Amino acid sequence: MIAIKIKNLHKSYENGLKALKKINLSVKRGEIFALLGPNGAGKSTLINIICGISKKTSGQVTIFGKDNILDYKFTRSKIGLVPQEIATDSFEKVINTLKFSRGLFNKSPSEKYLNFILKSLNLVSKKNNQIRTLSGGMKRRVMIAKALSHEPKILFLDEPTAGVDVNLRKTLWNFLNRLKKNGVTIFLTTHYIEEAENIADRIGIINNGEIIITEDKKKLIEKLGEKKIIITTNSSHNNIDNIIKKYHLKKNKNKLSYIYNSKKDADLSASLLSDLVKSSIKIDDIEIEKSNLEEIFLNMVEK
Amino acid sequence: MNLRGILAIYQFEMSRMFRTVSQSIASPVLSTALYFIVFGSAIGSRIENIEGVSYMSFLIPGLIMLTILNQSVSNASFGIYFPKFSGTIYEILSAPISPIEITFGYVLAAASKSVLIGLIILITSAFFIEITILHPFWMLLFLILMSLTFSLFGFIIGIWANDFQKIQLIPSFILTPLTFLGGSFYSIGMLPEFWQKISYINPIVYLISSFRWSFYGNSDVNVVIAIIATLFFLAICIGFVSWIFKTGYKIKT
Repeated sequence: MIAIKIKNLHKSYENGLKALKKINLSVKRGEIFALLGPNGAGKSTLINIICGISKKTSGQVTIFGKDNILDYKFTRSKIGLVPQEIATDSFEKVINTLKFSRGLFNKSPSEKYLNFILKSLNLVSKKNNQIRTLSGGMKRRVMIAKALSHEPKILFLDEPTAGVDVNLRKTLWNFLNRLKKNGVTIFLTTHYIEEAENIADRIGIINNGEIIITEDKKKLIEKLGEKKIIITTNSSHNNIDNIIKKYHLKKNKNKLSYIYNSKKDADLSASLLSDLVKSSIKIDDIEIEKSNLEEIFLNMVEK
Repeated sequence: MNLRGILAIYQFEMSRMFRTVSQSIASPVLSTALYFIVFGSAIGSRIENIEGVSYMSFLIPGLIMLTILNQSVSNASFGIYFPKFSGTIYEILSAPISPIEITFGYVLAAASKSVLIGLIILITSAFFIEITILHPFWMLLFLILMSLTFSLFGFIIGIWANDFQKIQLIPSFILTPLTFLGGSFYSIGMLPEFWQKISYINPIVYLISSFRWSFYGNSDVNVVIAIIATLFFLAICIGFVSWIFKTGYKIKT
C-alpha cells in the first residue's frame, strides 16, 4: 500500500526561486525512506508541503490515497512531524506539551500511551520538568515525542539527528526501527549518509529542487557503486609500468589502486589480476573497498 | 469538529495566563486601582456628579472597557504571534484542525481572560465605591461581546505583525487614543458641540457609552446602534480572518 504519493509537485516562491521542480515520488507503507540532499536542495520544503505548512504551486500530494488539501483533516491525522529546528514552548512542562500535541490531533489524553512514549525515548525522569531546563538532545527527544503523541501512521523527521551525539543517534535509529516494525512509515531527511545507510530501506537524492534518483538502498549502492582494488607489491618487474598504463592504475609507494564499476567493469578487474600473475609480479596483498553512499551522493550532486 | 483541538489551544493559552499571573492579572488590576486613586479620589472628588452619578461611579464602566479592549487585543495578538516568532506554529499548521477551530481556541482564550479581568476590576472597584448595575444581563453581554470582538481584532494584528513592535503599533497609536477620547473618563455631553460631533465618529464612544448604560441607564448614544456597530465590526474581523486562513497570509510560505 502506498502511504505517500507525490505527483508533479512544483513550488516557486514570489522572488522567482523554484524550490521544487516536478517532484514525483511514492513511499510504501512501513518503509523507511531517506531523502538526501545538500543545503537548500528542497528537502524541508517538500516535507512542509506534504504536512500542510507550506503551499504548493502545482501538483498533488496524497496520503493513503487522500488529497492533502481536500482531505487535510484525514491526511494530517495520519502524520507526525519533527521539524528541523527545535521549537517548543520553553516554559511548558514536558508532559503538558505532549498532552497539547495530542489534543490538537483530537485525541483524548492518554497517560498510559504518553508514558510509553516518554519511556521509549528515555524521558520519564524529565516528565514534569520545564522544557527550558533540558539539554539540546533532550529537547530533540521531546520534539520526537510530540510528533508521536497522537500515534501517527507516517512520521516525518527533518534532519532528526542534527547536532545530536552518537549515543542518542543510535538510540533514535533503534527506536525508528521499532516504529517501522509496528507499521509506521518513516520519511526522513538527513545530512548524515551513515544514517541513511544504516536505517533506510529506500533512498532518494534531491538537488536543486529535483529528485535525481530514488532507489532501494542496496540496489543503489550496487548499481552506482564503485569498487577499488588496492594491490600491494614490492616487485620492480619491468612489466609493471605497462600494466599501470594499460589499466590506468594509480601508484602510491608500493600500492597500486584500480577503481572500477562493479557492474560494468568486472571483467577488467579479473583481467588485471591475470596480467599481474602472468607477468610474474609478486603480489603481497590485495584489498577490495566498496564505495559507500557518501561517495555515490557526492558523485551525483556534483554532476 | 475538532473540539479537543480547540480545547488544547484554549487550555494552553489559559495556562500561560496563570503562569504569568503578575503580568496577566495583577498588572491590569493595579493600573485600575491607580486610575481610581488618581482620577477618582484625587481629581474626582473635585468634579461634580455626571449624569446623576458620582464621578467615581461614572468612571467604573469606562475603566473596565479601557482595560478589556487593551487586554483583548494584546492577549490575542501575543497568543498567535508568539508561536509564529518561536516556530511552534508548525504544530498547529500541521494538525488536523481547521482555521475556524484555531481561531476559536485563541480568541475564546483571549476573550475569557478579558472577561475575567473585567470582572476582577469590577470586584476591585467595589472596595472603592458602591456599585450599581441596572442591567446586569446587558452588562455581561456587552462585556463578552466586546471581549470577543477585540480579541478577534487582536488575533488579526498578531497574524499581520512580523515583529514585536508591530504588535504594539495599532494598540498604542490607534486603540488607546480612541479609548481615551471615547469617553472613558468623561461624558461626551461635557464637550463643546464641535468636539461632540467629532467624537461620534469614534466607534469606541458607542462601546463605552452603551456599557455605561448597562450600569446607570444613561447613554450618550443609542444602545441599539452600538450593538449593531459592534456586530458589524465583529463580522468584518471574521471575514478578514477567513481570508487570512484561505490565502495563508503571513502564515504559510
